[in-house]
Amino acid sequence: MAENIRLTKKDRISVWWRSTFLQGSWNYERMQNGGWTYSMIPAIKKLYTKKEDQIAALKRHMEFFNTHPYLASPVLGVTLALEEERANGAPIDDVAIQGVKVGMMGPLAGVGDPVFWFTVRPILGALGASLALTGSILGPIIFFVAWNIIRMAFMWYTQEFGYKAGSKITEDMSGGLLQDVTKGASILGMFILGSLVNRWVSVKFTPVVSSIKQSKGAYIDWAHLPKGAEGIKTALSQQASGMSLDRVKQTTLQQNLDSLVPGLAALLLTLFCMWLLKKKVSPIVIILGLFVVGVVFHVIHLM
Amino acid sequence: MSLNAIQIILVIFVAFLAGMEGILDEFEFHQPLVACTLIGLVTGQLGPCIVLGGSLQMIALGWANIGAAVAPDAALAAVASAIILVLGGQGSKGINSAIALAVPLAVAGLLLTTIVRTLATAIVHIMDREAAKGNFRAIDMWQVIAICMQGVRIAIPAGLILAIGADPVKAMLNAMPAWLTDGLGIGGGMVVAVGYAMVINMMATREMWPFFALGFVIATIPDLTLIALGTIGISLALIYLALSKMGGSASNGAVANTGDPVGDIIDKY
Repeated sequence: MAENIRLTKKDRISVWWRSTFLQGSWNYERMQNGGWTYSMIPAIKKLYTKKEDQIAALKRHMEFFNTHPYLASPVLGVTLALEEERANGAPIDDVAIQGVKVGMMGPLAGVGDPVFWFTVRPILGALGASLALTGSILGPIIFFVAWNIIRMAFMWYTQEFGYKAGSKITEDMSGGLLQDVTKGASILGMFILGSLVNRWVSVKFTPVVSSIKQSKGAYIDWAHLPKGAEGIKTALSQQASGMSLDRVKQTTLQQNLDSLVPGLAALLLTLFCMWLLKKKVSPIVIILGLFVVGVVFHVIHLM
Repeated sequence: MSLNAIQIILVIFVAFLAGMEGILDEFEFHQPLVACTLIGLVTGQLGPCIVLGGSLQMIALGWANIGAAVAPDAALAAVASAIILVLGGQGSKGINSAIALAVPLAVAGLLLTTIVRTLATAIVHIMDREAAKGNFRAIDMWQVIAICMQGVRIAIPAGLILAIGADPVKAMLNAMPAWLTDGLGIGGGMVVAVGYAMVINMMATREMWPFFALGFVIATIPDLTLIALGTIGISLALIYLALSKMGGSASNGAVANTGDPVGDIIDKY
């Protein structure tokens, strides 16, 4: 070849931007193939000048493709490198390119799900949501900005990494790095999920388990407090010293459960849901069921 | 509360964005936290809508279509509940009812998802034909059409709820007795568990359970914020990864060390 055609940074940015819409034409037949071809178009236009070469390139990229939408970026990078070599006369056939795509998409999807859907999104989502519950606009803003910075940076740098590493990337991938990332994310994810179950799944039982009349001195004797501000002061100091407000000490079922571990009922409910899901009960049925349970238990004063 | 024409257009636009993102999963406009806030912003009911977004986000944290398990459509749930909340005009008080009304709608929305994804199959066949002609512009165009179709998937139900109008929505919300709305609120508190259970089912292995247990117990300390918990979690992950690598070499080293001195002593004798 007399001239070497190279993809410029501008071309690669264009591919990166288009890959944002990778899943746009997601379909049951070949899944992300349309979006993949759409993403490759700037590169195909640049690399192949002859019409029949362009058509061949478009056709080979309309084949089945499906992976995690963000983890498609390193695959795109490698494919860009391969197409570039091919356009410059290297003997890379359709099978090789398709082989690299299929070979990478499986393992990468296995990384993307635990890292992005099960770890980063629940954590950022919970952080944003807990702020939003207090009415703070910072919640949605932090979630939106942080997520998109992470996503865009990740997609750009992994695409560049794939482009520069080229076909060599398959060797790097077999190394421990991907496994470490997946495992690390899973640990963090499981840890956070544990705390989310405790903090945000709310199951409260209201029945009173016991009512005990307490002996004198264990409760604040409201009838015999000094008058005015002095009385309030005495009452507050008595309460601070551990005296209860009422003569009758009520213990609810919830307090009993919480004295074991706070949030125990939430944990049991979560485990029960996991079991139902494993029994192939649809999450939708469980969700609607829980609403019904909430209403019924409230009506019979259990919750 | 009734909305004026501009507000209605903006709400439908937000619904359109949420619908697009429901399939793209990139900018996350379809997450309740973002979608509800945007609807609150364009309708001037920012406060209650942010709280709604937060509540619904907690429920939808783990909603993802993985394998056979199909979760309700977060985009439609977010958009529908926010519109119901705004039209109902009850402020933060209406949040529980709005969520409870929106979840069944979100389930119905799954049908639309199936239809759209099937239609998309036809679109990629058109793209095939255009690819055979080398027609770049047409491929681009059909990709954009496919994305818009996803946007319309949420925009139409949003438009329908808006078309029903504020008064019927308000009447329906007011007709709900206190025991029902309170009960739905209690149910909403429990529904959160379903999303978590879906995610845990995907991640749980014997190796990972102790970290779940640690998270659960440590979260009982109310002083720890989510950022503090995240820090502990990241530290645990790094320590575990480092130790599990060292474990191999350290045990080898240990064997060598204990072997050597004893060997030396024996040699001396």
